[in-house]
Amino acid sequence: MIQFEKVTRSFQVGDQQVAALRNIDLSIAAGDYVSIMGPSGSGKSTLLNLLGLLDRPTSGIYRLDGGNVTDLNDEQQARVRSEKIGFVFQSFHLVPRLTAAMNIELPLILAGIPLQERRTRVEELLKNYGLIDRADHRPDQLSGGQRQRVAIARATSMRPSVLLADEPTGNLDQTTGREVINLLEQLTEQNVTLILVTHDPALGERASRQLHMVDGQIVNESH
Amino acid sequence: MKLTDVVQFAAASLRGNPARTGLMILAMSIGVAAVVILTGLGEGARRYVINQFSSLGTNLVIVFPGRTETAGIGPGMLLGQIPRELSLDDAEALLKSRAVSRIAPLTIGSSQISKDAKNREVIVLGSTSSLLDVRHMTLASGQFLPPGNVHASESVCVLGAKINRELFGNTSGVGNWVRLGDRRFRVSGIMTSQGESMGFNTDEIVIVPVASAHMLFNTSGLFRILVEAKSRDQIAQAKIETESILFARHGGEKDVTVVTQDAVLATFDRILRALTMAVGGIAAISLAVAGILIMNVMLIAVSQRVKEIGLLKALGAPSAQIRTLFFTEAVLLSGIGSIAGLIMGEAGVLFIGRLYPSLPVAAPWWAVLAAIFTSLGTGILFSVWPARRAAQLDPVTALAGR
Repeated sequence: MIQFEKVTRSFQVGDQQVAALRNIDLSIAAGDYVSIMGPSGSGKSTLLNLLGLLDRPTSGIYRLDGGNVTDLNDEQQARVRSEKIGFVFQSFHLVPRLTAAMNIELPLILAGIPLQERRTRVEELLKNYGLIDRADHRPDQLSGGQRQRVAIARATSMRPSVLLADEPTGNLDQTTGREVINLLEQLTEQNVTLILVTHDPALGERASRQLHMVDGQIVNESH
Repeated sequence: MKLTDVVQFAAASLRGNPARTGLMILAMSIGVAAVVILTGLGEGARRYVINQFSSLGTNLVIVFPGRTETAGIGPGMLLGQIPRELSLDDAEALLKSRAVSRIAPLTIGSSQISKDAKNREVIVLGSTSSLLDVRHMTLASGQFLPPGNVHASESVCVLGAKINRELFGNTSGVGNWVRLGDRRFRVSGIMTSQGESMGFNTDEIVIVPVASAHMLFNTSGLFRILVEAKSRDQIAQAKIETESILFARHGGEKDVTVVTQDAVLATFDRILRALTMAVGGIAAISLAVAGILIMNVMLIAVSQRVKEIGLLKALGAPSAQIRTLFFTEAVLLSGIGSIAGLIMGEAGVLFIGRLYPSLPVAAPWWAVLAAIFTSLGTGILFSVWPARRAAQLDPVTALAGR
């Protein structure tokens, strides 16, 4: 359950205040599949960063699963990110020196999960995403689709309630992109809230809820 | 995040860039090795000097004629007077002190020694039978100077090992007669080869009774009196009594210098220890340089790994954890570096020890500890800033790689 109340985010550019988001009111139910579309500079990424607690709003309130997370300190926000939010990036952001299995394990290590449980969870994820025979390969030995599958496995390893995907198919060809989207959509069946940022309308229309942004505001919502 | 995981993660990122890691460890280890080797050499020099001094004898009080500590110029000097000589009777009188066990008067000069057609210049030492024990000398064959009346100018001599070899070849010269200056002496004993000791080669001297030496050189004074105290505790007492006996015998004039072996030793010890520390300090500068190098490379590592840091933040790592990760990397680096340096340094010390067996090189424990702590300290100190910088990165810009 995500709630935004009059959230504004503005940046200082030179001596001017530029608003990237203006007075956004938004409510997303648990398990929803939402796509955010709009031209570049419309505030899509800023909205996603705020949702992922990577950035703080200039004003307004953000509630996640009922709790106000706006004023949490750095450490508390990190914990919320660790437990409730998963990220999938356009450029995968895998750690190049770590194997696929270790990349998937990384959030579990950071959260201090015991070794035994880490092993079983990673094993399960490798199996679910068809990466068993790629477990010991480093990212540069994987294809684009495999890399994004590793990234999705990593994003879901802590069993988050919200998954944020920023142009997840942007660096993939049509067929692999389709596969990746299918994998993400399957997650919504397990009550994960999926929020997808894209400027590909064909992709965006698959979501049950579509938000169109222009100039830092949600101008249009379609279902 | 568990400690073992932190260490494993840091180790993995060090392995991820072996060239960089190797160079940093090399820099650190050279610093530590330099400290270990240089202080080892300094300590070796100190022990060498101490050993040399101890080989002169133990519990010694040494008497010189003349005052070396007088300030300014006394009337005697202006009139061209020499200080009163130390006589053989002065030396004998010192035995009255309860703190003194033995004395050995010493007079010194040089003369020609000849046997048949062979002759050479030698240093002649005039002394008594007690010199053997006071100076810790040993005989290879025959007997030392005869005990008894010190005023008796018997015609016997003891040859240094090398003199014996030059005059008699590989056979012992004991019982033969040699000529020293204008007198003939019977060889009563041969010294064992001891080699150089305090710049004085006992292998190339001839020892004769002190009275004979006085006749040979037509003098009556002594060059030194070696006084052996009964025990270590009585050295100070022996010094005081020696001074007062000579003061009384010389008509109330303080015209001799009395030093204890301990005092001379302590001075050398202090000087050489200070030298070792100074050299160690200079070597420690290289450690500081290595520390700055670590800081530099860690800063570069932070900017190279901006994206990774952003990712770690997105995955839920708080700033403190990221700081810990970079910090651990630096600690690992300097830790491995100092262990490698220690091994290199000890190997170097061992090598120098093999090269110069007479020099007892060994790095003192305090220098080894100081080197390790300095390298760990600089490694830790200089990684604080890079680690803080990594922790303070803004996740959004870091993920974008800006």
